[in-house]
Amino acid sequence: MKKLLILGAGTGGTIMANKMRALLERDEWDITIVDQFRTHYYQPGFLFIPFGMYKKDDVVKPKTSFLPVGVNIIFQEIDRIDGMNNHVLLKDGISLNYDFLIIATGTRVVPEETPGMKGPLWHKQVFDFYTIEGALALADFFKTWPGGELVLNIADMPIKCPVAPLEFVMFADAFFVERGLRNKVNITYVTPMSGAFTKPRASKVLGNLLAEKNINILSDFYLERVDNVKKVLVSYDEKEVPFDCLVTIPVHKGDPLIGRSGLGDEMDFVKAHKHTLQSDHFPNIFVIGDAGNFPTSKAGSVVHFQADVLTENLMCAIENRPLTDAYDGHSNCYIETGFGKGALIDFNYDTEPLPGSFPFPGIGPFGLLKETRMNHYGKLMFRWIYWHILLKGKEMPIDSKMTMAGKKM
Amino acid sequence: MAQKVIAGVTVDVTEEGYFTNPAQWTRELAAEIAKEEGVQLTDKHFDVLNFIRERFAKGEALTIRSVGNSGIIDIKGFYGLFPGAPMKKAAKVAGIPKPASCI
Repeated sequence: MKKLLILGAGTGGTIMANKMRALLERDEWDITIVDQFRTHYYQPGFLFIPFGMYKKDDVVKPKTSFLPVGVNIIFQEIDRIDGMNNHVLLKDGISLNYDFLIIATGTRVVPEETPGMKGPLWHKQVFDFYTIEGALALADFFKTWPGGELVLNIADMPIKCPVAPLEFVMFADAFFVERGLRNKVNITYVTPMSGAFTKPRASKVLGNLLAEKNINILSDFYLERVDNVKKVLVSYDEKEVPFDCLVTIPVHKGDPLIGRSGLGDEMDFVKAHKHTLQSDHFPNIFVIGDAGNFPTSKAGSVVHFQADVLTENLMCAIENRPLTDAYDGHSNCYIETGFGKGALIDFNYDTEPLPGSFPFPGIGPFGLLKETRMNHYGKLMFRWIYWHILLKGKEMPIDSKMTMAGKKM
Repeated sequence: MAQKVIAGVTVDVTEEGYFTNPAQWTRELAAEIAKEEGVQLTDKHFDVLNFIRERFAKGEALTIRSVGNSGIIDIKGFYGLFPGAPMKKAAKVAGIPKPASCI
């Protein structure tokens, strides 16, 4: 019996378990997936929680609900990968052998990387919304907050879903307008990038949107520490930003097991080929999603598009053929802009987000790089699509390769 | 695509002045570009530039933190070498495209 082992039962691991179980013969291939946690979080939903639009129940389901029959599931912490000997050691001492390994261990926020961030104000006046705990604490805080300096800060790139911080400030604008508090809330978007977004055309459109909504942008701010006494952010070049409520996107790292296994870079992201998704170290190890050091967004849409490529390339590797498929960096995402509207961007390694219509050229129904109501409905519908189609590895009417059709140069 | 003449050599650059072909880079060109950015290059600068070029050649993402963790210099020191926006300035002087980690 040959063995395919998948580490991580998040979005990437779950999709791959579904796709590969459908392709590999059951009497020849044993598929096992390992994860330390039993709960699957719909992470795009965290954004909606601080504003009372989603509750906890809207974003959690058991992981086992999305894994197919015929896949072994082990809930256990992973110690390390021994690539030389083709096995993975779990924390309880069990060793799992593999013929092929998929690493889908994701990324996590590490507030501890920034001095003072997890200080006395943590989850009192300093919040993250990339964890369920942070999002819920912020929802509670906003219920009674009388207003003041609301600062959103991105500590460093890369982060999961690089548009979520933009959506957050636009939601905050709408939220406080609706509460009649907007004149008491000053919103500032503090980023290490040189604008609202780094891809030039999207940055311009999104930067203009923020300006229209009276949201300040402070760019090229690289966070060194959070001063809990003075309640200021301090950058490496000694700039200071005062806050009454700080919403932080902490530094992101890969899983520590990647470092222990010697497969990652200094941030514990797995070193892998950006087109083939194969590990730089071992030809029978592949990587999907946030766990990799790919120069692309850490986002579910990337995972979804990579899954098609990985399925193809894994079958090539299994059948001893050269890897034929190449991931092009395709990513797309809805951007909530508040007041029931949204924008949509679609891009890859080489092409920046452009205006146009999506997915059908000239028809849409979604508009690229512009605010429409339909884009907002797209985002809301996506939660259903995520649970029922995407995780199960079923076909979607969007190609994994980006297309220029429908885009305007 | 734009071209720029630096120290008598014509190189391919973007509108913002980033090299589009890192192979056209030389130490002499780096010194000239650095001057435009108000930076006088030292050996320490070149250690950092070489690290950045190697990482870029391998297709790995580049951030200020990754330079700070390189063992060559810490983040404060990186700011000292390339004040203001160290990653962008260093990328420009190192003759590589604007860092793609900013996505």
